[in-house]
Amino acid sequence: MSLIEVDRVSRTFVVRRKTSTLRRARQVVRAVDDLSFTVTAGEMVGYIGPNGAGKSTTIKMLTGILVPSSGRLRVAGLDPSAARVELARRIGVVFGQRTTLWWDLPLRDSFALLRRIYRVPLTRFRQNLDTFVELLDLGDLLHRPVRQLSLGQRMRGDIAAALLHDPDILYLDEPTIGLDVVSKSALRGFLREVNAERNVTVLLTTHDLVDIEQLCRRVMVIDHGHLVYDGELAGLHAFGNARRTLVVDLSDPAPPVDVRGATVTRVDGPRQWLEFPAQASAAPIVAAVAAGYDVADLSIQEPAIEDVIRQLYLDRR
Amino acid sequence: MADAPALGRARAYGLLSWMWIRSSMAYRTSFVILLTSSFAITFLDFAAILIMFASVDRLGGFSVSEVAFLYGSTSLALGFADLFGGSLDRVGARVRDGSLDAMLLRPVPTLVQIMADQFAIRRLGRVLQAVLVFGWALATADIGWTWDRVLLVPAMLVCGTAIFLAILVLAGAFQVLASDAADVGNAFTYGGNTMLQYPLTIYPTEVVRAVTFVVPVAFVNWYPALHILDRADPLNLPTWWQFASPLAAAVMCGVAAMCWRAALRHYRSTGS
Ligand SMILES: Nc1ncnc2c1ncn2[C@@H]1O[C@H](COP(=O)(O)OP(=O)(O)OP(=O)(O)O)[C@@H](O)[C@H]1O
Ligand SMILES: [Mg+2]
Repeated sequence: MSLIEVDRVSRTFVVRRKTSTLRRARQVVRAVDDLSFTVTAGEMVGYIGPNGAGKSTTIKMLTGILVPSSGRLRVAGLDPSAARVELARRIGVVFGQRTTLWWDLPLRDSFALLRRIYRVPLTRFRQNLDTFVELLDLGDLLHRPVRQLSLGQRMRGDIAAALLHDPDILYLDEPTIGLDVVSKSALRGFLREVNAERNVTVLLTTHDLVDIEQLCRRVMVIDHGHLVYDGELAGLHAFGNARRTLVVDLSDPAPPVDVRGATVTRVDGPRQWLEFPAQASAAPIVAAVAAGYDVADLSIQEPAIEDVIRQLYLDRR
Repeated sequence: MADAPALGRARAYGLLSWMWIRSSMAYRTSFVILLTSSFAITFLDFAAILIMFASVDRLGGFSVSEVAFLYGSTSLALGFADLFGGSLDRVGARVRDGSLDAMLLRPVPTLVQIMADQFAIRRLGRVLQAVLVFGWALATADIGWTWDRVLLVPAMLVCGTAIFLAILVLAGAFQVLASDAADVGNAFTYGGNTMLQYPLTIYPTEVVRAVTFVVPVAFVNWYPALHILDRADPLNLPTWWQFASPLAAAVMCGVAAMCWRAALRHYRSTGS
């Protein structure tokens, strides 16, 4: 059964822009536009898209912070904005951009307060805290007020805080923003474990595609409020205008080779680079090159996921 | 809607405000200074009235003890309202810095969290001063104590607190929608309080009408006080108006609760 159901949901914002000192123009921004998807319990889904695509707006609607302008939302069977307080016990949320902890309280006190607010039984709380302190390496930070923590330290505190009450769903809005390589990989390990061991369903947005590659089997791409791709990460290659490259080493330098279905993008001595659409089969192109030219070596380069996504975003501008 | 029971809300309010008290105790000296200065400032405020009475015998037909009764009752009501809901004037800042989002994610009604936010014990300074003034007024004013007058005193204070709180909530709801707008709530609470410290007989009747029918702060103390101090109503309204404070408070609270909920439904968060 699906834990998250998004059915034709839209959210608009009316913004008033000053065009001159007296005039103000009214403009309607469709932050999320007719969006539909479902997430099954236990999934870990990557939610990506260019800046301003509507990712954060979607998450705010799923948590009940924002009320959708239209459409139907169900999270754990509840309408998030109408049953927000009830839903709060079942979800954990981390906004990478800002903390949900109390700025002046030591981390330990923030956690203790959350325990009481969420009414987590003491033994369970201790178990969870011990686990998170170990896995997220929080030991030295517990006595420090949140305002004294660095971005990465604070993020770890926030993530622990979001999981203390054993939520069914964890929403992460750019959890790896500003983290160094080591912290990122530690955090990914932690999230993998939370998803696998605790069976927490995770929806995460990020601009770091390595997060997605390492964590999510399924990825959703949103742009201008529309879902433009929903499926396996691997499938993204075939999607859009991603291109693969055939690198050909001829025995002697030659003018650009001429075969159907591929174009030469670069020539360097005997080596030539031929591009062709990612979804096209490489076999006929390879065969044509081999038949017409004196080939010393051949190799195929898959497009980097970064390039696939960049191409996808660019095409939709 | 999954409404937490009243007890749960009170508990949550207690938890959060206790957290703020504890963190403010960390700076103990500044805490004591703040409490004393807030007490002293409000006391000077009342001293001005005493000084005035050195040259006049009556103000709008009210003796110094009776004015102290009005002053003390409205100050107590505002003091309690400010103690419990004084943080509502910071809703706009909470919207802008995103912490309202964090509150919306917790399993505690948002209004409870907002009200407990930065709970400051120093606000007791005003309450303390009001208790002294009001106590002095009760002891010295010439009141013909009957059971209905006795009962009306606590009812007046509770309803007055509720009316001021309702105004604070309304202003907070407004800030949820217009987070950049200047705070208008204080104009009504502090402004109303300053007016109500004096007998309304000294103001033009249009003003009295406005604080009765438009922003009904006159129900905080004026109408019950007319009955307790046995005075004629300058507007000549029926006698039951002097007992209508609970009704006014209930209407105000109802409207405030509705507006607060509507404001959260139209909340737009921030773009980042
Ligand atoms: N409170 C708001 N008021 C007005 N417009 C808003 C508001 N919140 C979001 N928007 C607009 O809605 C659109 C989607 O914003 P959103 O924050 O959801 O994007 P995002 O996908 O999270 O982007 P990013 O990757 O930059 O975080 C943007 O055009 C943004 O300007
Ligand atoms: Mg965002």
